[in-house]
Amino acid sequence: MTDSATWKEAYQKQKERQAHFVTVSGVPIDPLYTPENGAVNYETDLGHPGQYPYTRGVRTNMYRGRLWTMRQFAGFATAQESNERYKFLLNQGQTGLSVAFDMPTIMGYDSDHPRAFGEVGRVGVAIDSLQDMETLFQDIALDKVSTSMTINAPAAIMWAMYIVTADKQGVPSQQLTGTIQNDILKEYIAQKSWIFPPQPSMRLITDIFGFARDHVPKWNTVSISGYHIREAGSTALQELAFTLADGFAYVEAGIKAGLEVDDFAPRLSFFFNSHMDIFEEIAKYRAARRIWARRMKEKYGAKKEESLLLRFHTQTAGCSLTAPQPENNIVRTAYEALAAVLGGTQSLHTNSMDEVLALPTEKSVQIALRTQQILAYETGVANTIDPLAGSYFIEALTTQMEEGAEAYFQRVEELGGVLPAIEENFFQQEIADAAYRYQREIENKDRIIIGINDFINKEKLSIDLLKIDTEIERSQIKRVQRLRQTRDNLQVQATLDDLRTTASSTDNLMPKIIAAVSAYATEGEIITVLKEVFGEYRENAVF
Amino acid sequence: MSQTRIRVLVGKPGLDGHDRGAKVIARALRDAGMEVIYSGLHQTPEQIVEAAIQEDVDLIGLSIMSGAHLTIFPRVKELLKQQQAEDILLIGGGIIPEEDAESLIRDGYAEALFTPGTPTTEIVDWINDRMKLNRSKYF
Repeated sequence: MTDSATWKEAYQKQKERQAHFVTVSGVPIDPLYTPENGAVNYETDLGHPGQYPYTRGVRTNMYRGRLWTMRQFAGFATAQESNERYKFLLNQGQTGLSVAFDMPTIMGYDSDHPRAFGEVGRVGVAIDSLQDMETLFQDIALDKVSTSMTINAPAAIMWAMYIVTADKQGVPSQQLTGTIQNDILKEYIAQKSWIFPPQPSMRLITDIFGFARDHVPKWNTVSISGYHIREAGSTALQELAFTLADGFAYVEAGIKAGLEVDDFAPRLSFFFNSHMDIFEEIAKYRAARRIWARRMKEKYGAKKEESLLLRFHTQTAGCSLTAPQPENNIVRTAYEALAAVLGGTQSLHTNSMDEVLALPTEKSVQIALRTQQILAYETGVANTIDPLAGSYFIEALTTQMEEGAEAYFQRVEELGGVLPAIEENFFQQEIADAAYRYQREIENKDRIIIGINDFINKEKLSIDLLKIDTEIERSQIKRVQRLRQTRDNLQVQATLDDLRTTASSTDNLMPKIIAAVSAYATEGEIITVLKEVFGEYRENAVF
Repeated sequence: MSQTRIRVLVGKPGLDGHDRGAKVIARALRDAGMEVIYSGLHQTPEQIVEAAIQEDVDLIGLSIMSGAHLTIFPRVKELLKQQQAEDILLIGGGIIPEEDAESLIRDGYAEALFTPGTPTTEIVDWINDRMKLNRSKYF
């Protein structure tokens, strides 16, 4: 018979190799987990895959049926160059597209705006108008690929351009599959790419919910994102709790706008980070599914099964990569990818080793994609569903995550909800504190990062980096200026006036935005009109 | 306010909102006894230089993650020159390839650039050393 007391006594007589054992997020970890601390009720806490509360996975057969979607985030320079990179990735066996936009596009400025100076095509592709979107997807059949677009404040505009581009290819909007990130709450909280104040931003989002329900039913209307919250320095628990709190805020906004929860909840999807602590990450994903299902059913009264399913994309942690010895990042990314797959992700982006230094080269992107393919085809991890269920450790961590998240929901509720909590800098301060604590741990060597504070090499960088030609900015500026001269400007003006009127009403904005982009109104022009009506957001920064 | 406290403006120019590094550095410099002003996000070079002069800082630290470093550092330097405020030291950090960092320093657009993974203590030490040097020059 096992005897815990005897084991504990014997254990305590021995020396441990360090003073504290904690996760990446600073959560203390016990030396041993047993039936005493890892107990779960299989029926109510786990369930089979595809069964409530979906802890073991959202699909009955998970990767036995279909592998996760390998979706590398890409986009740089001009639409034409990005189009070539997409075709390269599709030829390499990638199964979905993921568009990275440049900062001016993300912030709603045309390439020739003074604020865009030096930033055109730098961190993603520059999209000024429908013309650029048409080029971006030239010779890519939009009924065959699913496309994810990482765009938030101007999401409605980029989505409208995509819908019109598809329409011109002869693909009806009902057939389109993909995702717009469209998660403005995490912008206020973490990534800070906002344009409008919270209220009109939420209205744009509920307009998108309504339009998708009627016209683009297979589209994921929000990718509720923890990724950026984590990159900004949060712990795994904060990532989980703040992301789900945002998710519930969207659900409440949709209901408040008069929609039925089951009309839009099935199209909400999630986006999480995968950091270095393998078990902590797996527990986070499992807890996320369980919390979402429980709340959607019990609190929001969702009836459709799809409303209860937390489907998510994962990206490995950019913030875990190191500039010194960049090749080591391949290994880090592989472990993070493993955690995401063991946690049951629906799609995955693996970072390239050089992303801490520049945008990735074609070679490093290929290695990153191969990392996923090796995981999928060689390691056997996709052979059985949720293989770690029943592990005392994993189940204990999963339960701990759920309890911790519930405690955060309570605090957010006490502050009056997500928007008031943002205004009070609650999330922002929590994240800043966690980021600073993590940095201190590294500098005090409480936490070892290879190549940063131990096992340091003094040699020079040994890999080639991607360079973005500065000529691109000039050619993109010419392109948008030429467009303004050649399009029907009377029609552009008419659609923009119409948009302004609708923005001041409570009518759905999507049809008006589609009309404006179809007339080749630029992103900047549309944003300017909306700014006139909605105003702009200002942050009161804390550190 | 003590005359000997080093005054620093942590600036976040350009359009990207990745402020983790800027905030961690701002806090580390403050903990090291410096007076720190954080510009907030999405600042133009003009706004940053104006704030630096108004706040009478000894040093500007720019955090740039968007790849616009090759245009922003020269622009800030040029504005400092125009305002006859070249005594304000200009340093920075972010996603800046080594080759670019070397050329920015060589061409005099930045005094020092710190890439991801640099301990904040290294930045604190660098500033303290430089300020000692500068002050002994002028006082």
